[in-house]
Amino acid sequence: MSSTTTTPPGAIVGPQTPRSRTAAFLSGGWQWLAFTGPAIILLLVFLVYPTVWTIVLSFYRGRGRNLFSDFEGLENYKRLFTEDPRFLDLDTFPPGGAIWNNVLWAILYTGLCLLFGLLIAVLAARVRYESAIKAVIFLPMAIAATAVALIWKFVYSPNPNLGVINAVLSGVNITPIPFLGREGTVNYALIWANVWASAGFAMVVLSAALKGISQEVIEAARTDGASEWDIFRRIQLPLLSLPISVVTVWLLINVIKLFDLIYIATAGGPNGQSRVIGYFMFTETFEGGRYGYGSAIAVVMLLLIIPIMAFNIKRFRSEAVQG
Amino acid sequence: MTTQAVEVVRPAPTTISGRILRPLSSTPVHVALILLALIWLVPSVGLLITSFRPRPDIGSSGWWETLSSFNFTIDNYRNVLNNQGMGAAFRNSLLIAIPATVLPLLIGALAAYAFSWIAFPFRDTVFLGIVALMVVPLQMTLVPVLRLFQDIGDTLTGKPDLLTGSYMGIWIAHTTFALPFCIFLLRNFFITLPRDLIEAARVDGATNLSIFFKVVLPLSVPALASFAIFQFLWVWNDLLMALIFVQELGLRPLTLKIQEVQSTYGVEWHLLSAGAFLLMAVPLIVFFSLQRYFVQGLLAGSVK
Repeated sequence: MSSTTTTPPGAIVGPQTPRSRTAAFLSGGWQWLAFTGPAIILLLVFLVYPTVWTIVLSFYRGRGRNLFSDFEGLENYKRLFTEDPRFLDLDTFPPGGAIWNNVLWAILYTGLCLLFGLLIAVLAARVRYESAIKAVIFLPMAIAATAVALIWKFVYSPNPNLGVINAVLSGVNITPIPFLGREGTVNYALIWANVWASAGFAMVVLSAALKGISQEVIEAARTDGASEWDIFRRIQLPLLSLPISVVTVWLLINVIKLFDLIYIATAGGPNGQSRVIGYFMFTETFEGGRYGYGSAIAVVMLLLIIPIMAFNIKRFRSEAVQG
Repeated sequence: MTTQAVEVVRPAPTTISGRILRPLSSTPVHVALILLALIWLVPSVGLLITSFRPRPDIGSSGWWETLSSFNFTIDNYRNVLNNQGMGAAFRNSLLIAIPATVLPLLIGALAAYAFSWIAFPFRDTVFLGIVALMVVPLQMTLVPVLRLFQDIGDTLTGKPDLLTGSYMGIWIAHTTFALPFCIFLLRNFFITLPRDLIEAARVDGATNLSIFFKVVLPLSVPALASFAIFQFLWVWNDLLMALIFVQELGLRPLTLKIQEVQSTYGVEWHLLSAGAFLLMAVPLIVFFSLQRYFVQGLLAGSVK
């Protein structure tokens, strides 16, 4: 190792040399502080303290100049879940509101990403142009949600000279559908746009996992007369359960944090029908000036993420014990 | 569809009739894959072609008709770069993203080294605490961090916009928010380095700092590159943090500029399509040139 060259010539090196207290401080037991210090200070000041601040503010009315003047206890949370149809509306069928949209997202977005990810991973492994097809599907992962929003806004455009879907529809004499401008279609249209953007992630992880499955096991099953479907169902799918749960967790957390796509594509519209929790927090806080209420929404987001992450960690642990 | 597709492929057939039948029976796989590739390509290709079409053409005929009438221009790009200020916004995006990648990488790597190779009290507890911070959504910190920035600016210089009127605020915010994931990823990589190597360097009298720079960092290039790519793309693509922490209009990045153009002019596709592809250009270059690290990073820590 070239480390000795850093010692100036003539310097006394060796364990027998008595060190001064300053030297002991610099090279001895306190070094970890110098290494971790910058990170820990930043995290304490700009992440831990703000998190505590937001949790505390969620118990206050939090409006006007002095945010911490009106303590209200759980009032914000009560309003969110029982009195605010923009957040949760159980009076209609199907239910509505931002958090209900997140449920819709969690089911459809997660399900479709896994479905397409797995389908493409399995199919692509059987052709020679595998890497090309995977690059095509994966590419949208790299681009900004802002760009994804614009790309799909264009595809969904009601003008048949712009939107390719409505061009096809008008070709068969169906009146153009404003997919993003209609309450009944907006959420499904947005969910599909984001499936397009994220399925590549599921594909990459699942494809790597599929390749990790021993070919000998599969050959052995084949020799024993197992059909390709049996091999997929009985060998590959069970071995994929850990990567599937990792991907699911990643997708679910994406759903909770969702903001940019909605902000650019629909701004929550039409009539607030495409709001999701992350977007609702933003508008309540920065457009409505309701800081206490916005904080309560942020805390709900945190409370939704914690069990999902915990599940993942637990899952990893139990796999490690078994494996 | 899975069932069909899976069932058709058999081990290499040895009979002549088997050889003839094989490509036929794998046709559904090819058809399905080509269909999927089209679904994934058409949306972006459509917008890409539109970005090169003259403004009057865009509204009067579909981009798919350009195959018959060849008429392209780079005026849209010239327009957004010069008149709409997207050239400056592009530069702002770089000025935000590069330091916001280097800073967490350096600070995080130093901390990750201590968590891997320096013994200190409660080391694993502190590490777990930092990892736990990954659960905190951005929305938890927006308001208090913004107020902190204003207070810090006010206290230090009497100007509340010291941090939000410059890049400093967004750098600090991105750096802090990236640290838990960075430390998690790098620590998990650093502890896999051979212990003997680090011990040998210590016996030779190397300080922790020189071990860090001369042994650990050079051996960890794949992990460092994975994190750097992720962080760079995350910051480049970010809209929400810039929306809150970059208050000075002239400093705003491309994502915000596009939103601004959309809300000022309405949905003007000659501007938005060119803007979208300016925004996508950098991630696409990064993706194609560093695809290997990109996918490795994804598989290593799919948390962020």
